[in-house]
Amino acid sequence: MGLFQIILPYLLAGVSVGGQYALMAIGYSMVYGILRLINFAHGDVFMVSGLIMVYMAQALPLYLSIPAVILLTVLLGFAVERAAYKPLRSAPRMSVMVSAIAVSYLLQNLALYITGGLNKNYPAIPWVSDSITVLGATTKRVTIITPFLMLALVAGLVVLIRHTKIGMAMRTVAKDFETSQLMGIKLDRVISFTFAIGSFLAATGSMLYFSNYPGVIPTAGGMPGLKAFVAAVFGGIGSIPGAVLGGLIIGVCESIIKGMDTVLVHLGLIRSPLELATFSDAFTFVLLIIILVFKPTGLFGEKTTDKV
Amino acid sequence: MTKKTHRLTAAALLALMFAMIIVLEQIIKPTDAAAMLLTVLKKSSVYALVAVSMNLLNGFTGLFSLGQAGFMLLGAYTYAIFTIPLADREFVYQYYDCVVHFSFPEALGSIMGGFGALLGVALAVILAGLVAAAAAWLIGLPVLRLKSDYLAIATLGFAEIIRAVFQWGKLGPVTNAANPLKNYVRLNFFRLSIGDTTINLSAFASVMMATLCIGAIVLLVNSSYGRAFKAIREDEIAAEAMGLNLYRLKQLAFCISSFFAGIGGAMLAMFANTVQANNFKAAMTYEILLIVVLGGIGSISGSCISALLFIFSSEWWLRGLDSGRFLGIAAPSVFRNGFRLVVFSLIIMAVVLFFRRGIMGDKELPYAAGRLWGRLRAFLAKADRKAGEPNG
Repeated sequence: MGLFQIILPYLLAGVSVGGQYALMAIGYSMVYGILRLINFAHGDVFMVSGLIMVYMAQALPLYLSIPAVILLTVLLGFAVERAAYKPLRSAPRMSVMVSAIAVSYLLQNLALYITGGLNKNYPAIPWVSDSITVLGATTKRVTIITPFLMLALVAGLVVLIRHTKIGMAMRTVAKDFETSQLMGIKLDRVISFTFAIGSFLAATGSMLYFSNYPGVIPTAGGMPGLKAFVAAVFGGIGSIPGAVLGGLIIGVCESIIKGMDTVLVHLGLIRSPLELATFSDAFTFVLLIIILVFKPTGLFGEKTTDKV
Repeated sequence: MTKKTHRLTAAALLALMFAMIIVLEQIIKPTDAAAMLLTVLKKSSVYALVAVSMNLLNGFTGLFSLGQAGFMLLGAYTYAIFTIPLADREFVYQYYDCVVHFSFPEALGSIMGGFGALLGVALAVILAGLVAAAAAWLIGLPVLRLKSDYLAIATLGFAEIIRAVFQWGKLGPVTNAANPLKNYVRLNFFRLSIGDTTINLSAFASVMMATLCIGAIVLLVNSSYGRAFKAIREDEIAAEAMGLNLYRLKQLAFCISSFFAGIGGAMLAMFANTVQANNFKAAMTYEILLIVVLGGIGSISGSCISALLFIFSSEWWLRGLDSGRFLGIAAPSVFRNGFRLVVFSLIIMAVVLFFRRGIMGDKELPYAAGRLWGRLRAFLAKADRKAGEPNG
């Protein structure tokens, strides 16, 4: 077996999971760009979206449950913003952030209560969840679909932001919160819309992500959420191409670390496995710290200057 | 009241509190329902210390760091590794050959007896803090130049990296990899045997350690260093212009905060029966941040009160919500496993939304108590005047 044959499955999985991180990272990045808020609840919205799918699929046929899941997730994102962030608009930044942590705590505990903490099997979506063989590597079709679907959605989003009125409003608010209000932009509407888009992308991401995993547990959103946020910071927070690139890089690196032992043994560099897979999550943060040390605002981040 | 009487009152109150804890510990039997009081008291003392250490960084120096769980992990592991009895090492390190053949309490206990063992435990706790502080120094080199949220995410990242390193199989001979460490010296070590009677001091020891550390932090905050930290919080550029060495002071605050977080970790290890890297997740840091903010950023007494309330309500007062019966209402279908945490998170949500500045704001307890007293006196005086007014 050649080196390529060994790496390929990891690479495919990496691009796929990277695409899913990217979809979530955009949600973090847009919210941060406008509110300067790390929306800690975003990962849990992602998890709840997975749970909604589990329960919906038991009651409705798939062609109805998928749009229903997307709609409900968007509503959830909207509701979270209205209930937990809007009342704190004038409060210190730390309060809003803690409110986000409290929402995350609440969503996790609600999920724990409703599911009883058990693993809920994610429904198999026909065609998408089927196994296929690519260049000799067996994988699920969702692995191949993810990057393309992600790029299509991102392209749509970029068009929306560049060429529509609400998109222009979003860019303005991100640039200068106060001045945009003076220019007559309805701030609450723009913020709600941002949360709706973020939740929509998270819902799509969650369908793709959980199709690859056996099930949903209440803490399932934590790690992917954290990684997606890291991806957003890595790419430069507030930048959509940055979030996509960050997500892909982090996904691929994480996946390759998982297969590193096999590759090194194959190359004859080491004799016995080093158990490097333990570091697959931690490596994300190593990448983050490296980029922050050399380029403190991320790959595509804007430079900010301190004014006295 | 003068400063001196203030201090005397505080000392008297503390002495009273410790006396009460010691008495309670002798009265309450482990099988009593009230035994929960001692358990939550021990746990909240740990959380109070860690919250205050986080407050030193987030509230007083204005450095938004989310690395607390990582430093607690370092402290907990250091403490556990150096207090496991040598005879038990083979049993604890089931799958590895333990390479650390040293236990502070045993080494010193063999020379000086009971006092030596106590000294050994104290040394292990201090070492736990030092290891965390040393790690903080190393981590601080690259990350302390970062600003606000970037610093937060970088420190959070380091905590996750530390967690992964401790779970790494190749470090098994030191850390026992992903397996738990156990049989180290726990809180039940603290008891006095005089003849046939045993005086149980575990809750006392835990609260005492936390009080000593928090006291040290209070002294630091009130010193010239504390004022320098606050200057950095208020305005970095102005502080630098006044001749403060920003980087050195930030590094100092970061190391001191981590030192106490490490001690908090060692205390958490003492409180729990096992230490396992997987328990020190980011969620733990979030919990502590919640405590700090709910108590009031920049208020040490606020952090302590909030830690007490947080642990008491989540672990004790709301227990009934999980087991079918709460405040006399029996509804097993609603009050089942997990309901407690749902209610608890709703309470937190409400506090966050309606008390934006936390319970205490940035005020300390004596001040708040003084104001309450002042208001009460004004109210009484008013009532007095009203009563004295002629009718009509």
